[in-house]
Amino acid sequence: MSTSDFRSRLTGLPDALYVFGLMAGLYAVFTGLTVLLNFELSGIVNTLRAITYFSAVYAMVVLALNLHWGYTGLFNLGVAGFMAVGVYTMAIVSGPTNPGPAEIPGLGMNLWVGVVAGVVMAALVGVLASLPALRLEADYLAIVTLALSEIIRLVLNSTLLQEVTVGGATFGTGGATGLTVQNNPQTPVTAFFQSGPGSALTDVAMGIGIDRPTVVEGIGYAIVLVVIVGLLFVFIRRIATSPFGRVLKAIREDQVVASALGKDTRQFKIIIFGVGCGLMGLAGILWYGSDGYINPLSFRPNITFYVFVALIIGGAGSNTGSIIGGSIFASVLFYLPQFLEQNSTPVLDGIQSVLGGSTATPQTIIDAGGALAGLDLTAFLAYCFANISSLRFIGVGLILIYLMQRRPDGLFGHRIETAASIPLTRGDTNE
Amino acid sequence: MGMNITHDTIAVRVRERPTELIVGLITTLFLADLLLKLQGTTVLLFDTHILGGSIGLSELFTYVLDGLIVGIAVGLAGIGLSMTYSILNFANFAHGEYLTSGAFVGFSTAAVIAGGSGIVDRMLLQSNPGLELLSTPIALTAGLIMAAISTIGLALLLDRLVYKPMRDAEGISLLIASIGVALLVRYSIAFIWQTGRYGVTGSATKVTILNLVTLTTHELTLLVLGVMSMIGVAIMLEFTKLGTAMRAMADNESLARVSGIPVEQVTRLTWIVGGGLTGIAGYLFVLESGTIAFNFGWINLLLIFSAVILGGIGSVYGAMVGGVLIGLVDKLAQVWIPSDLTRAAVFVVLIAVLIVRPTGLFGGVKTA
Amino acid sequence: MSEAPDAPATEPVLAVDSLKKQFGGITAVEDVSFDIQPGSLTGLIGPNGAGKSTTFNCISGTLAPTSGSVHFQGAEITDAPPHVVAEHGLFRTFQIARELEEMTVLENLLLAPPDQRGESLVHAVTPGLRQRVKEQERELLERAWELLERFELDHLAREYAGSLSGGQRKLLELARALMAEPSMVLLDEPLAGVNPTLETQLLEALHELREEGYTFLLVEHDMNVIMNHCDPIIVMHQGSILTVGTADDIRSNERVIEAYLGGDQ
Ligand SMILES: Nc1ncnc2c1ncn2[C@@H]1O[C@H](COP(=O)(O)OP(=O)(O)OP(=O)(O)O)[C@@H](O)[C@H]1O
Ligand SMILES: [Mg+2]
Repeated sequence: MSTSDFRSRLTGLPDALYVFGLMAGLYAVFTGLTVLLNFELSGIVNTLRAITYFSAVYAMVVLALNLHWGYTGLFNLGVAGFMAVGVYTMAIVSGPTNPGPAEIPGLGMNLWVGVVAGVVMAALVGVLASLPALRLEADYLAIVTLALSEIIRLVLNSTLLQEVTVGGATFGTGGATGLTVQNNPQTPVTAFFQSGPGSALTDVAMGIGIDRPTVVEGIGYAIVLVVIVGLLFVFIRRIATSPFGRVLKAIREDQVVASALGKDTRQFKIIIFGVGCGLMGLAGILWYGSDGYINPLSFRPNITFYVFVALIIGGAGSNTGSIIGGSIFASVLFYLPQFLEQNSTPVLDGIQSVLGGSTATPQTIIDAGGALAGLDLTAFLAYCFANISSLRFIGVGLILIYLMQRRPDGLFGHRIETAASIPLTRGDTNE
Repeated sequence: MGMNITHDTIAVRVRERPTELIVGLITTLFLADLLLKLQGTTVLLFDTHILGGSIGLSELFTYVLDGLIVGIAVGLAGIGLSMTYSILNFANFAHGEYLTSGAFVGFSTAAVIAGGSGIVDRMLLQSNPGLELLSTPIALTAGLIMAAISTIGLALLLDRLVYKPMRDAEGISLLIASIGVALLVRYSIAFIWQTGRYGVTGSATKVTILNLVTLTTHELTLLVLGVMSMIGVAIMLEFTKLGTAMRAMADNESLARVSGIPVEQVTRLTWIVGGGLTGIAGYLFVLESGTIAFNFGWINLLLIFSAVILGGIGSVYGAMVGGVLIGLVDKLAQVWIPSDLTRAAVFVVLIAVLIVRPTGLFGGVKTA
Repeated sequence: MSEAPDAPATEPVLAVDSLKKQFGGITAVEDVSFDIQPGSLTGLIGPNGAGKSTTFNCISGTLAPTSGSVHFQGAEITDAPPHVVAEHGLFRTFQIARELEEMTVLENLLLAPPDQRGESLVHAVTPGLRQRVKEQERELLERAWELLERFELDHLAREYAGSLSGGQRKLLELARALMAEPSMVLLDEPLAGVNPTLETQLLEALHELREEGYTFLLVEHDMNVIMNHCDPIIVMHQGSILTVGTADDIRSNERVIEAYLGGDQ
């Protein structure tokens, strides 16, 4: 009784509190780290901006994937491919027709036309892929979508569509060299802070010691992303808490029952596949588009698996869990190692001042092992820092295995998030 | 859903299986085009190039040979995957890492045995040991054996730690866990050997067989050992008790369990056979290509999946035939499309197979 | 095909004609024809493996029949996919209860009604339209609670269906089908595992509903239930229909007795 009591109190907490709590915790940890590392204010703020940005973009993709895997039980391993379709379409449609030398022209349309085109294209590819693929069982669907995502990447990477001329318009994917995205979602935000009404804010920021305009613009963009995540959350929660979402859940649980109850499961699956893929396309645009440069290498299947891990950490089926899982993965598993790698020199110096030893990085694992055997922990850690990107995925792998063995529901997947548009209380008896 | 259609006329078949007809037509079209190209004929329709063109016989021959070599390697690599898929009931996304680890341990062993200065560098493959079949046969053989043994060890260890506690879980949970295993193993390899791509072989001697085909000794080794392993597995499945037990488990695990088959033991033996073959496959893969990197198994995983699915999951012969067909598609596609897109062509074939005939070519014939 | 002499002249609600189903070499159902009269509680009996569930599967579209035809309320539903059959108002329950385990009991019920506004994505997410979705949900919710009370499942309303006992699952399955207010329900052993008191109540409920105009086709192994509650009764054996008649007809039919007492012919 007491555990379920505790649980109901937990579920009673507004979900926003979890998210704010987590973000506050993350900010505290990273502020502590940056202060320890003697960052200046703009460096500290920029670090917080980075975790906000990565948390937001991951949250977006994870939310979209949750519609597929968490709600409908569709094992879509094509996330990277759909993101690529979104951002490449956007880049091509709204790229300038006469770019700088040695650059590939685009169709020269408005940025927002490009964004909409990207989302629609990703949704369309999703729907087309779903028509045959949704007949397949989960593991086959996984392989088909993974293969599709690789086909997309290989085609983008190929010389075939690097630069083509169709009906007088020249455009292309840029092949393996990639594509500059001059006109991207960050552009209007940058303009706002540089010459728009936001320039006053930039001045204020400069005044208090955030002395890099790019940091201010970055913060602005991160805030925009957070707002979009909020909107997306509301949108997806509406889907989840509706008869439509109920049918999705039923499909996940038992398709045969859903169709015996008169639901055209195929139609529901196609719709949700399209919607989810469109949102993945949007996430691709907001994430990779804002880098100003895109390249097929960013869309290897790895990224799909990271998103999956984030979803499973948060708990498949829970939207709050999706945001939390996305934030944890992005900040702790993705950004933190990268941060430590970039700051390995001061970090190692700090370690050396406590433990002694040498900060010279051992060249091989054998040397590192030798250092460890000689009780030179600092040298061993130096090797670890040099290979931190490998270590992080060892960690991710271990976490995934642990979760599947012990906590397949992740952090929030056990919660009953009822699929109905109204609270399911009894009319006559007030509970 | 294996349906036994017995008295069907072709007309009925066409009506019931329109997709198969389309696939047949497309295949025929490609073959016809290939023949025309060989002849050097071009078929024009309203001044547009429809079919044909030109291609040299020797060029085609090279593609076919390359395709066969790749195909045997992929087929060999696929057998283990196919076995675990049908017997343990999940798509093992860590299969590529078994290839990689076998190859790394094997070549590190071979490099050390081949001798010379700097044992650490050799062990970590930092300098090219220049292995070659005729000049360092003992080192290469020892490496092959270590590749098999170490992969068996790894497979058993992972089974004990990861999959055994999850025996009752659904295939999809195991699949997700195997993604975790893939990350764990791949990046453990990267942590030890670092992320470079290393050359491991010297220039292999070329041999000409019957004045017809010229192959390197390494390609020849791959072909011979590959075919021998496949025959060995086939014999094992057909004629040993283990083979029967494995087929029974692939068919229906709970039935196998109640009819007294020691399921846990068969599972372990499956990992041993599958792991050993996969280690060997990884080793031969690298022997043929000459270079090794921490993610080569992962990069080839989808290719191997394609072979296994094309052949029919659970069918060992299917994996072999599927491997060869996939290898041929991968190389022959160059006749029609830029070489940087042949892999995409393979995946298109994979998707087409899954849609048209998810049971694969040899589907329904479980495990043998 | 009703052999009862006083067969009513009304249009049958369900008409099955020469139904045949083969699985590979096995013929599970062969030459099965029968009509079901509206407002009846028809029994379908037969030894294990007689082909009762397969007949259900072919009618409800879960399986495609090898040959033969099925008409429901005059419309042909042969080969129609399950959801189309359900849209016609013909629902079924499963012999082995198939709950949507990680959905609550209430969610299970609310899923069933057809034509829910909120099943359109646009309605589900658009602010103004969502209001109308909620209105409809409120009405459905009321009926769901009523049904749960009738089947004594109300205290479990918010539990996952997966945590229900075997008998409770059967009840939920029936309640879920009724939630859709179908014209006819195919019940595949709905009473297996249900306690006697509740069984009596359930049968009473079936009769009440029948009088309200629902039609039921009931598969059941308990002869007492069949004999006391069903009319007419269809007997299947080895894939074919052995006979159709009233309880008295069946009781005195030697071929039925023979079929049940073994004897391979
Ligand atoms: N999917 C299937 N594949 C092959 N054979 C099947 C299949 N489904 C049913 N059968 C066979 O068809 C026959 C009829 O089975 P069915 O389930 O219809 O019997 P039933 O009358 O419902 O029996 P019970 O009273 O035990 O539920 C049996 O011999 C069964 O083995
Ligand atoms: Mg039955």
